[in-house]
Amino acid sequence: MSEPVLEIDDLTIRFNLKRGTLTAVDGVSLSISKGETFGLVGESGSGKTVTARSVMRLIPTPPGEIASGEVRFEGKDIYQMSDREMRELRGQHVAMVFQEPMSALNPVFTVGAQIGDALRTNMGMNKAEAQERTVELLQLVGIPSPGSRLNSYVHEFSGGMRQRVMLAMALSCDPTFLIADEPTTALDVTIQATILELISSMIERFHMSLLFITHNLGVVAHACDSIGVMYASHLVELGTKDEVFANPQHPYTVGLLNSIPRLDVQEKYLTPIDGYVCNMMDPPPGCKFNPRCKQAMEICQREIPDWKEVAPGHFAACHLHSQQ
Amino acid sequence: MSDAAMSQAETAPTAAEENLLDVRNLTKYFDLHGDLVSRLAGKHQLLKAVDDISFYIRKGETLGLVGESGCGKSTTGRLITRLIEPTSGEIDLHGEDLLSFSAQRMRETRKDIQLVFQDPYASLNPRKTIMHILSRPLDVHGLATNWHDKRERVLELLNLVGMGSEHIDRYPHEFSGGQRQRLAIARALSVNPELVIGDEPVSALDVSIQAQILNLFRELQEKFGLTYLFIAHDLSVIRHISDRVAVMYVGKIVEEGPVDVIFSEPLHPYTNALLAAVPEADPKKPPPRLTLSGEVATPIDPPPGCRLAGRCPLAKPVCAEVDPDLRGIDGDHRVACHVV
Ligand SMILES: Nc1ncnc2c1ncn2[C@@H]1O[C@H](COP(=O)(O)OP(=O)(O)OP(=O)(O)O)[C@@H](O)[C@H]1O
Ligand SMILES: Nc1ncnc2c1ncn2[C@@H]1O[C@H](COP(=O)(O)OP(=O)(O)O)[C@@H](O)[C@H]1O
Ligand code: SF4
Ligand SMILES: [Mg+2]
Ligand SMILES: [Mg+2]
Repeated sequence: MSEPVLEIDDLTIRFNLKRGTLTAVDGVSLSISKGETFGLVGESGSGKTVTARSVMRLIPTPPGEIASGEVRFEGKDIYQMSDREMRELRGQHVAMVFQEPMSALNPVFTVGAQIGDALRTNMGMNKAEAQERTVELLQLVGIPSPGSRLNSYVHEFSGGMRQRVMLAMALSCDPTFLIADEPTTALDVTIQATILELISSMIERFHMSLLFITHNLGVVAHACDSIGVMYASHLVELGTKDEVFANPQHPYTVGLLNSIPRLDVQEKYLTPIDGYVCNMMDPPPGCKFNPRCKQAMEICQREIPDWKEVAPGHFAACHLHSQQ
Repeated sequence: MSDAAMSQAETAPTAAEENLLDVRNLTKYFDLHGDLVSRLAGKHQLLKAVDDISFYIRKGETLGLVGESGCGKSTTGRLITRLIEPTSGEIDLHGEDLLSFSAQRMRETRKDIQLVFQDPYASLNPRKTIMHILSRPLDVHGLATNWHDKRERVLELLNLVGMGSEHIDRYPHEFSGGQRQRLAIARALSVNPELVIGDEPVSALDVSIQAQILNLFRELQEKFGLTYLFIAHDLSVIRHISDRVAVMYVGKIVEEGPVDVIFSEPLHPYTNALLAAVPEADPKKPPPRLTLSGEVATPIDPPPGCRLAGRCPLAKPVCAEVDPDLRGIDGDHRVACHVV
């Protein structure tokens, strides 16, 4: 794979709330190359969405605050970009499919008007061109008889169709980089399979890079090239998909993989991770996973583990590896 | 009686006394009056949420009910608890006709059938303490008289679901999703039910927590001989927890059988499609595939014939005309399809 398109470098994001300070993302670094699909997985609340939104500069400040780090798109620090550059980035290069389609699509405008509007602002099309392109896009994402759906409102679509409309909207700017935040989580498996197929054909067709957020390891196993695992605001493991699945190095990743019920055989009892994810307002000192970790040592309660390269291109943040 | 039906009658012990629950021809139609114009025109739209389904659950076993959103799983669960009344059909509990029970008898029977819902946030009253929430069913069913007994019982319940006694005076918002689901299970168990209906009880949980709760369900079943109707849309969860599985599609049961048969020798094209679409968490396994075209059929005034006909790769002309019966294959295995 070629040069990185997106680089996140030691990113820390805090929310300064009345109840106290919440560190949602803590020292996260990752990079995504051209044409690469990167899967970001982790427990809910671990900071996946905040990481993704930071790439679009969509963190509300205040209460949010980019406490440290850089996010670079094609080498350019996006937090140093002017408003005009940022509009260009969002309108023409990076697009995002949000976790809840209803919150991202406008209920009072028709689907045709919303996509058409984006095309006219971002791509400088006139009304007729925009309408023609909208029909093409809806067709592309598999909306049946797209011409007759232009005047429909979002609430008239099923969940799977809403996700497709979101995708059509995201693709309207011919993005080179797509961020998809749990685009299939609320969907049934057959619809999920359709959306995944659609996304992978888009990637091939447009040579897009993709940041794919999900908590479904099955989806990552089949849709992604690389994987990053987050736990309580930290990235704890990073590597190629094949490496991480075959040879997981962080106890949380191992625990996660062991928790999944299998489809081929029936086991009487599963092997869960004990305990619960920590309160993000009051995380434990040291490794955030230590209260749930079977292998935790004394040092784990004191020091946050450093990032170690456990195999070429495969990283983990765990004291088990700093010991060696 | 056809040969197939005969052999089914011989091998499947559907005799009422062996089954905790026997459901026959259960049907629930919702009348969607439609807009004013269609009402004036005398048109009624019927949403066939559950359409003539039959199944049984033996005492102490788990029947998994699986299917895609809107296929009628929750409606089936609600019908069995009589939270809603069926359009037609029979529900026998221990061979007794539940639908003929008087209001008084039904109130008593309610404690035998308990529901655990998907959303642990919505199902616990935020303004009440855990003590209050877990002892309320004891009051309702007159199962504990004095405060001391109730407190003892609540502590026992907390212990049973793996939660410390220090939680007894706390409020639901102080707990995580997984803990709240434990509390919901404790509440369901407080009245010693026979049948627990779990309506997607692990769907909202992270995988690591989901595994804890699935283990808890299993443990409690072993301890108390509980019978489960376990509703889920996640096939690996169904695979894990069920003894037998019923697959629903748009208001109908399309296939039913022992869990190993359904997962290793599925017959119905819909069951096959569901299984093929699951991405397994192992890159070496084949990638998910889509074997059906089009969208899920509508339950509103569905056309005649098999509900899968419009999207089925095996469909023949007869499929669009005649609704296939659920027929016995061998043993407990039943399938509703003209072709397989
Ligand atoms: N009170 C009601 N009035 C009208 N339609 C209803 C009502 N309750 C349920 N339905 C409809 O009945 C059908 C079956 O609903 P049900 O809730 O049983 O589905 P489900 O299989 O539980 O789906 P999910 O997986 O999304 O929970 C759906 O089309 C639903 O919209
Ligand atoms: N706008 C906000 N204000 C306050 N806290 C927030 C905000 N957005 C996210 N958070 C908190 O940041 C943490 C990470 O959230 P998120 O990135 O959404 O998690 P996930 O990994 O599930 O996507 C959570 O504790 C969440 O509650
Ligand atoms: S650093 Fe310690 S507590 Fe954290 S995952 Fe590694 S062994 Fe477990
Ligand atoms: Mg999220
Ligand atoms: Mg439901």
